[in-house]
Amino acid sequence: MPVYRDEAVVLRTHKLGEADRIVTMLSRRHGKIRAVAKGVRRTASKFGSRLEPFMVADVQLYEGRSLDVIQQAETLGAYGADIAADYASYTAANAMVETADRLTEAEGSLQQFLLLVGALRSLARREHAPGLTLDSYLLRSLSIAGWAPSFGQCSRCGAPGPHGRVVVQLGGVVCDDCAPAGTAQLDASTLGLLGALLAGDWPSAEASDDRTRAKASGIVSAYLQWHLERGLRSLTHVSREVPPAS
Amino acid sequence: MYEGIVQDLIDELGRLPGIGPKSAQRIAFHILQTESFDVTKLAETLLAVRDKVKFCEICGNVSEQDRCSICRDPRRNQSLICVVEEAKDVVAIERTREFRGLYHVLGGAISPIDGIGPDDLRIRQLMQRLADGTVEEVIIATDPNLEGEATATYLSRLLKTLEIKVSRLASGLPVGGDLEYADEVTLGRAFEGRRVVVG
Ligand SMILES: [Zn+2]
Ligand SMILES: [Zn+2]
Repeated sequence: MPVYRDEAVVLRTHKLGEADRIVTMLSRRHGKIRAVAKGVRRTASKFGSRLEPFMVADVQLYEGRSLDVIQQAETLGAYGADIAADYASYTAANAMVETADRLTEAEGSLQQFLLLVGALRSLARREHAPGLTLDSYLLRSLSIAGWAPSFGQCSRCGAPGPHGRVVVQLGGVVCDDCAPAGTAQLDASTLGLLGALLAGDWPSAEASDDRTRAKASGIVSAYLQWHLERGLRSLTHVSREVPPAS
Repeated sequence: MYEGIVQDLIDELGRLPGIGPKSAQRIAFHILQTESFDVTKLAETLLAVRDKVKFCEICGNVSEQDRCSICRDPRRNQSLICVVEEAKDVVAIERTREFRGLYHVLGGAISPIDGIGPDDLRIRQLMQRLADGTVEEVIIATDPNLEGEATATYLSRLLKTLEIKVSRLASGLPVGGDLEYADEVTLGRAFEGRRVVVG
């Protein structure tokens, strides 16, 4: 009965039978893992909240015939409770793990693991507005998956920017020659914010106003939905309101 | 694969929550091979449940009448509402005999990744019940896990707009589990030690 160990972040869980759960995790070295946590829904479970979504854990598993079974789990990052205590953070985290799940359908990667753990930690610590953390995560996880958008040079012919027209189907901004007729011009501050979110330039991103953030979110959502075959379930539920300062 | 109706039975059983292909096969063969098993009674009960049992028009609990027995009982404290995820949580709390108020069954917890948002739960109906000022305290008793906590967060924020006391079951409940598995003593204590979150 081969046993292995890895660090993993829990993406989602499904109820199984009376008191078990199937836990879907993105791991550091073994890609995506789907494993059974036995008895986890009983309130006396040894696992407690360690295998809930958004938790990062050091897990030990043994290979089962169809699904692997989790033997032990030690918490490395307890982000669940802090995220659940703020509704906007909770909905943002849902969209993040659903995206991570979809982008790693074929195989997981260390980069996706690190990006997701960093984003969840940032949400739990209330480092930035949840909507900014989410949009930055979405742009960067798509980039790791090979779909990096361009907000500088023309994404079709490579002509140096700045360009003001965004065509998500073409991969970002396009020059006037490449833009299909009727493509609307986007304002400089929204383009600036998109570039800052992609680069992780937080001082610039934080300086944006709510209107600009809403416009940038619209572009990010459209770009994400274009690259994922099926729409993201959680995206429509994302709460974009500004949380009260705590 | 089995032939015809045997496979149909396995497939139908396999649609039930918590029953995998192997269990479905085991149950199907139990039904086939056990002569004393009363198939007619099971079939009639299934039909009767579909026919007679509905959801209480006030609280959403399962009921054979328009209003459930708890909502019809005048001895229950009308100024207290306990919000739970599922009807089975009502059963678990009733077992403790600690709570004499009314219930409100949401029908689940907010879980965007599963496509469940606030509008998919009976939250609007809860707000309507609170509108006339009879209710003085809402006790949020969602599951002590991530989705339950997030739902409690959402409700607390929503109820802040009303002048009603809002409390959450004491954190003595172990985290990660389902409310229905909490033992009576623990659950009873959680009620006594509930903490006020609004009001
Ligand atoms: Zn061009
Ligand atoms: Zn009722």
